[in-house]
Amino acid sequence: MEYQNLFTQVQVVAPPHHGTSIDPYDERERFGEPKLYHLFGRLGNAQLGPIYLGRLGLASLFFGIIAIQIMGWNMLASVNWNPIQFVRQLFWLSLDPPLPKHGLSLFMPLNEGGWWMMAGFFLTLSILLWWGRMYRRAIALGMGTHIAWGFLAAIWLYLVLGFIRPIMMGSWSEAVPFGVFSHLDWTAAFSLRYGNLFYNPFHMLSIVFLYGSALLFAMHGATILAVSRFGGEREIEQIVDRGTASERAALFWRWTMGFNATMESIHRWAWWFAVLTPLVGGIGILLTGTVVDNWYLWAVKHNVAPSYPYVFGTPIADPGTSGFVMPPPPAAPVITGVKP
Amino acid sequence: MKQFRKFLILPALLVSVILLSGCERPPIEAVQHGYRGTAMDLIYNPRILAEQAAKNTVPVSYGAAPAEGPKAGAIYKNVKVLNNLSVAQFGSFMVSMTSWVAPEQGCTYCHNPANFADDSLYTKQVARNMILMTQRVNTQWQDHVAQTGVTCYTCHRGNNIPQNVWFKDPVQKVGNGMLGNKNGQNTPVDGSGYSSLPKNTYEAYLLNNKEIEVNGDTALPTGNKSSINATESTYGLMMHFSRSLGVNCTFCHNTRAIASWEQSPPQRAKAWYAIRMAQDINNNYMAPITGLFPPHRLGPTGDVAKANCATCHQGAYKPLYGVSMLQDYPFLTGPAKPALKAKDPAPAAKSVAMK
Repeated sequence: MEYQNLFTQVQVVAPPHHGTSIDPYDERERFGEPKLYHLFGRLGNAQLGPIYLGRLGLASLFFGIIAIQIMGWNMLASVNWNPIQFVRQLFWLSLDPPLPKHGLSLFMPLNEGGWWMMAGFFLTLSILLWWGRMYRRAIALGMGTHIAWGFLAAIWLYLVLGFIRPIMMGSWSEAVPFGVFSHLDWTAAFSLRYGNLFYNPFHMLSIVFLYGSALLFAMHGATILAVSRFGGEREIEQIVDRGTASERAALFWRWTMGFNATMESIHRWAWWFAVLTPLVGGIGILLTGTVVDNWYLWAVKHNVAPSYPYVFGTPIADPGTSGFVMPPPPAAPVITGVKP
Repeated sequence: MKQFRKFLILPALLVSVILLSGCERPPIEAVQHGYRGTAMDLIYNPRILAEQAAKNTVPVSYGAAPAEGPKAGAIYKNVKVLNNLSVAQFGSFMVSMTSWVAPEQGCTYCHNPANFADDSLYTKQVARNMILMTQRVNTQWQDHVAQTGVTCYTCHRGNNIPQNVWFKDPVQKVGNGMLGNKNGQNTPVDGSGYSSLPKNTYEAYLLNNKEIEVNGDTALPTGNKSSINATESTYGLMMHFSRSLGVNCTFCHNTRAIASWEQSPPQRAKAWYAIRMAQDINNNYMAPITGLFPPHRLGPTGDVAKANCATCHQGAYKPLYGVSMLQDYPFLTGPAKPALKAKDPAPAAKSVAMK
C-alpha cells in the first residue's frame, strides 16, 4: 500500500552535508548552506543546496538572463508596457524571427528580427555553456558523462530548428519564434507547409522513441516500486548480484511478455530512447524543405500513404485550372457621388 | 498527514478549474464527413448550435409583390437602380429594406422626409450601391451563392452596418518602433481563432490577391519557395474561415493532404469562389464608395468597412442555413452571368506529380 502513494513515503533525515570535498577552488564555488525541507522530501531529497556555480555556470546564467530579458522586454513593449496585459496575453506574446525579406543577413532593423537574432545568439551561448558545466561537473564527481551527451541530443534539435536548417534554407525567417503559442503555431504551420510532417519517417521514429521513453519509464518505475519490498531499489548492486527482487521482477516480465530487461540494460534502453527522440527528430526537421518539399507526396511515391475511396461523388478539380476569370468590374460604374 | 491532504484538496481543485476554464463544455457531436476510419469528422456542440439557430431565422415572407402595373421609374422621381420595378414591388421592397437595415430609424434613415427623391443623405447613395452589389453577387457569383442568393438581410440582420465587417489595422505604435513588434499577430482575437497567428489577413487575401496556396505539388523541392511566414498568414485566414462558418478544417479539406484538391470535400471549391467574390465586393463595390461615408463610419486608417466570410455567414455553414429569400424579390437576381469560362473543358483532376 505504501508504494501506491503519489508522494515519497520515506524521508531519511540526517545532518545536511556539503558532499565530498574535492579541492579549494571547488569548495569555494559551492554556494549556499544546505537545509532540509519536509515538502521537498515528499518529491525528492529533503536537502536543498549547496549549488555549484563556477565560471561556466555564472557565464551561462549571465547570457541566459540577457536572452530572457530581450524576449521579455519586447513582449512587454508589444502590449504598450501594460503589465496587466502582459500577464493576460503572455501565452500569445512572442519575439518573432526576421521577416523573409532579410534572408540570411546578419544585420537588420532591431524591430524586424534584430532582437530575435540577439536573443537567439545569447540563448545558444547560454545553453552551450550550461552543457560545458554539465560535462565538467560530471568529470569532477568522477561520474560518466552520459547526462551531458543526452543533453547534447536535445541541443542538436534546438540548433537544427533555429540555426542549421534556416542556414540551409537561406532564410532566418524559417526559424522558430520565442513565445508559448507562437512556437506551437509555428509547429503546425511547418507541418502544413511541408505536406504533413506525420508522413516524415524520421518524425515517425521520433514519436516512437518519445512514446517509448514514456512507456519504458512507466514500466521501469512501476517494476522497481513493486519489488522494493524485497530491496529492489538497490538496482546498481543487483546488476551483478541479482537477489530475489530482481529475480521476481524479471520473472514477472518473462511471464507477461516472454522477455525481460536486466537491471543494467533497462537503463541503457531508457537512455537510448530518450537520446534518440531529439536525435532522429532533428534529422527529420533537417530534411524538411531542404531535401523533401511535400512529405505526403513523398509517402505516396514510396507507398507509405494508402489511398481511400472518395465519398463525395465526383472528385473536384482545382478551380484554378477550370479557366475561371474574374468577372470584369461593373460596366456601369458604381455611384460614388460626392461627399455630402 | 490527514490535515496535509485536506490542505491539498483546495489547490488541486483550483488548478483543475483553471486548466479547464478555457475548454468548451460538452456535449460534442461528431458527424462523419469522409471515408470511414479517417477521422474526417465535423465537430458540433448542440448547445452552441441552438444559440446560433435563433440568430439565423429568416424574416416572415409576405409573398412576392405583383410585377404588373406602371414602373417605379416612371412614377417616382430620381429612381436610378430599381426603375424597372412595378410600383408594388418597389414599395414592398422599400418596406423590407427598412426592416432589414434601419428598423429603428425607418424611412428617414435614407430619405429626406420633406422630399423622398432628394439625394442629400449619404445612406441613400450607399443603399443604391449595395443594391447593385447584391444583384452582382446573385448573377455573377452563382458559383458561390448558387440559386440561394443573398439579400440585404443576409448581412444586415436589422443593423445599419452588418455586425461583422473589417477595417485595415493601424500601424502598431509601441516601443517607439524600436522593440515590441507584433508583426500583425500574437494577439488573441476571434478572427484568428484566438491563436498567435496573423490576425488581420483580410487585406492580403480578400482585398489584394495574395497567393493562398503554399504547398508544393512535388515530393522533392522543385522551386516552391513559400515561407513559413506566408504559411502562417494562410493559416490565419483559414482560422477566420473556420470561425465564420462554425466548422472545422475537415469541412473543406482532407487534413492528411490539406492541399490536395482531388481528396477535398466539394465545399472547398465553394470557398475558392468565395475568396474571389469577397475581392470583387471589396474592390469594386466598397472601396470606390469610401468617399460617401462620414468619418465615424470609417476605420482607424480612414478606409471603408469591408466584407469577409463572417459578414454573411455569421457563424453558420450557410447564411440563414441556406434558406433563400429571393423568391419574394426576383429583381435582386437576374440572368446568370455570361459564360466567362475558357473554351477548353476543365482538365481532369491533376494526378499526383512525383519527381
